[in-house]
Amino acid sequence: MPDQQSPEHTPDAQPAPPPHDSQETAAGEQTAAAVAVDTAGGAMQPSAVPGTAQSGQLPGDSGTVLRRIFTGSGMVSVLAVLLALILGGLLIASTDKQVASTAGYFFARPTDMLAAVWNAATRSYIALFQGSVFNPRGNGLAAQFAPLMETLTIATPLITAGLGVALAFRAGLFNIGAQGQIIVAGILAAWVGFALHLPVGLHLLLVLVAGIVGGALWGGLAGLLKARTGAHEVILTIMFNYIALYFLRYLLNTPAFQRPGESNPISPILDPSAVYPQILGSQYRLHLGFILAIGATVLVWWLLNRSTVGFEFRAVGANPKAAQTAGINVSRSTILVMAIAGGLAGMSGVAQVAGTEKVLTDGVAATYGFDAITVALLGRSTPWGTFAAGLLFGAFRAGAVQMQIQTGTPIDIVLVVQSLIVLFIAAPPLVRAVFGLNPRRRKPARAAKSGQAATTGGAA
Amino acid sequence: MSTTVSSPRPGSPKPGGAGAAAPATVLAAKPVSWKTPVLLAVFALVSLVFFGFLAPRQTASFGISTGGDFFQLPALEINAFAGGIVLSVLLVALAGYAVFLKTKGQPAPGWLPVTFIVIFVAAFLIWVVGGARTPAISLAGLIAGSVTLAVPLVFGSLSGVLCERVGVVNIAIEGQLLGGAFTAAIVASMTKNAFIGLLAAAIAGAVVSMVLALFSIKYLVNQIIVGVVLNVLVSGVTGFLFSTVMQANKAQFNSPPGLDVIDIPVLSSIPIIGPILFRQSLVGYLMYVAVAVVWVGLFKTRWGLRVRAVGEHPQAADTLGINVNATRFWNVTLGGAVAGIGGSFFTLVAIDSFTKEISGGRGFIALAALIFGRWNPVGAFFAALLFGFADNLQSIVTIIGTPVPSQFMAMLPYLVTVLAVAGLVGKSRGPAASGIPYVKG
Repeated sequence: MPDQQSPEHTPDAQPAPPPHDSQETAAGEQTAAAVAVDTAGGAMQPSAVPGTAQSGQLPGDSGTVLRRIFTGSGMVSVLAVLLALILGGLLIASTDKQVASTAGYFFARPTDMLAAVWNAATRSYIALFQGSVFNPRGNGLAAQFAPLMETLTIATPLITAGLGVALAFRAGLFNIGAQGQIIVAGILAAWVGFALHLPVGLHLLLVLVAGIVGGALWGGLAGLLKARTGAHEVILTIMFNYIALYFLRYLLNTPAFQRPGESNPISPILDPSAVYPQILGSQYRLHLGFILAIGATVLVWWLLNRSTVGFEFRAVGANPKAAQTAGINVSRSTILVMAIAGGLAGMSGVAQVAGTEKVLTDGVAATYGFDAITVALLGRSTPWGTFAAGLLFGAFRAGAVQMQIQTGTPIDIVLVVQSLIVLFIAAPPLVRAVFGLNPRRRKPARAAKSGQAATTGGAA
Repeated sequence: MSTTVSSPRPGSPKPGGAGAAAPATVLAAKPVSWKTPVLLAVFALVSLVFFGFLAPRQTASFGISTGGDFFQLPALEINAFAGGIVLSVLLVALAGYAVFLKTKGQPAPGWLPVTFIVIFVAAFLIWVVGGARTPAISLAGLIAGSVTLAVPLVFGSLSGVLCERVGVVNIAIEGQLLGGAFTAAIVASMTKNAFIGLLAAAIAGAVVSMVLALFSIKYLVNQIIVGVVLNVLVSGVTGFLFSTVMQANKAQFNSPPGLDVIDIPVLSSIPIIGPILFRQSLVGYLMYVAVAVVWVGLFKTRWGLRVRAVGEHPQAADTLGINVNATRFWNVTLGGAVAGIGGSFFTLVAIDSFTKEISGGRGFIALAALIFGRWNPVGAFFAALLFGFADNLQSIVTIIGTPVPSQFMAMLPYLVTVLAVAGLVGKSRGPAASGIPYVKG
């Protein structure tokens, strides 16, 4: 990203050194060219949210190849995760009893306290790892890898909802509404699942379609209002989340949705023909939805990088005014991208009701809709980045349960680490400053200036 | 300076017509949209059919006085059918007037939607109460409860006003409220002093805001992203510390002394307005002060002019020698402190301990109130009151037993907000530079 944003600082982006007197114009042309590359199918380094992640980046102009590797965005991501884990570990340690008792004589024997801090943090993280990837105490290989399967199961709704948020980000829209889209999808999918009784295969297909359509309608409605009235999509989608939630709570108290003979707000169990098959046998919860999530990732990648519609989305996201001038129907793009984003979030709703829960309750969306935002941000709004981020956060979620049981560390620590990761990834200069990797000659003002043009294309 | 920096809404002293005059002149050049007249007409017809013709034939009773009042007023008895018809006819007349103005090419004046909303709410209230099993509610209690529920919303939306007016979008109101609530509880418990807790809440809110300011101003991270992430972060940190620290030793860390209700003698016995204005906790009185101070500060002082200039046109403000980013940083911090005080209301006044997610999404309603109130402190105050009213009505309606499911009542504020941002009260337009980082040069 830094290379595209500020080509005038990057030596290898300059094909030929321009004559001295016309340097300004040459630089200007190159900026224009770089912007064109950014919008016109330069798929190699797609931006995250337009005008956010790009801004404030420093060009790695001075220094060696090694320095460039260490200041590159991949390294920053790794360091951001590391920094977030360290801060999370400190928070865990700060409430640890052993740490508190050794802190009393810190100046007499500091190593005791440092060891206690290290123990408190690592004990929690080891439990987290054992709960999410590999448990050596398991009985046999199948049981040892059970945590990994659980991670994939929990990652499934995160990935699809994250893809929805990421897709909207790329079109310059903040889709905070994945939560509501999951709920509406869950309502429709669950109803098809328990109210209709259809043959095997057709039933599940209809459940899936109903969920995707439900999410697409809910997302598309927000897009329609945005396109027609200019209302801000952040407000609209937040409000739609609440409307969907209260609507679900209402439905769960009506005879059509409430389980007969039940006073709690819970729906009947979905028909066996309406639920996802468990793809690795009945000992794991992992279901067909994970395969569909991989498929959805491929689909979004194709949509964004290979299709005309995806090109239009990215053009609108980069600069809506320019896109309009170029003949792209911005309103249509807004509605369409929100509908597709809603459909993807809808797949998460289906994964919940037809995959893991098999009933509809008012907690159908859990916090997947909100986590999806951080997933998309961590994945820098690229399809495969989102996929990887979904796996990571799925691992956090799965492992946190084990961690709470084994060490008593509350699950909330996952929220802290997740949000810190996203904060740090969004501010590469901060991470580089913490690890002392900032380029020696700083030119923040010029670097940010070229990023400024893109900010107007952002959703804010 | 006010000539170079064109502020579209300099604010108007009248709360009802907040910012109504300015958009009228701005819009005069453009063709007037059919949106507002059509929406008003639809709602007037809905009112006529449901609240009028289909109204229950019961008599709705609204108690005005409470036992301890200075003097007693008789309860207001309204026949639901007649009342519904009369108010609906008024609504139809208002909608007709808006249509008439549209045919003349004039936009509806600012008082029109506001009056419309008030009458519509009244008609709705009569309809709901008239259809209940026990068609009687205490109007005084309804209104007093609404104000109580609105206190954190008002503080939250004032925080939003301060931040957005200076050009920083504040989605982190929820996090500021939650941080304030948590800090107030833990500090007040440890010091056994509610006032220190209140102060600590303000500091906690300011700290959350400083993170927002740091990331959005120095590191130029998108403000909406920082806000969303901060909400998660504060939720995680408070939830973590609640589970580890507070639950381990509730007596020491989670039993804050409350701020008592301060009853001003005589004045508090006036029916209806007495309890609202003169029977509040310290936080409640601070709310009125804060609304007035922010309004005067923003629209009548040099500081306010600078703030608005930075929020509308930072380049121009910079040219005139205002330090844009410093102005932004300190105002965002101030906004956080205000929201933090609002958060203390949860743990020092409403409930006497902290629980996870105690703010329960009210930060987002505050955000809606800010937009509904058109980025004006007084407008935001009344919008927050409306949301508090809907919240309170929901719980009362559940008690008296009405045909309307309580979930729909709970949904109302959000539906109203969608209608508001989609154009019922004219085009909502925030400060021009809100959300855009400023880079000098």
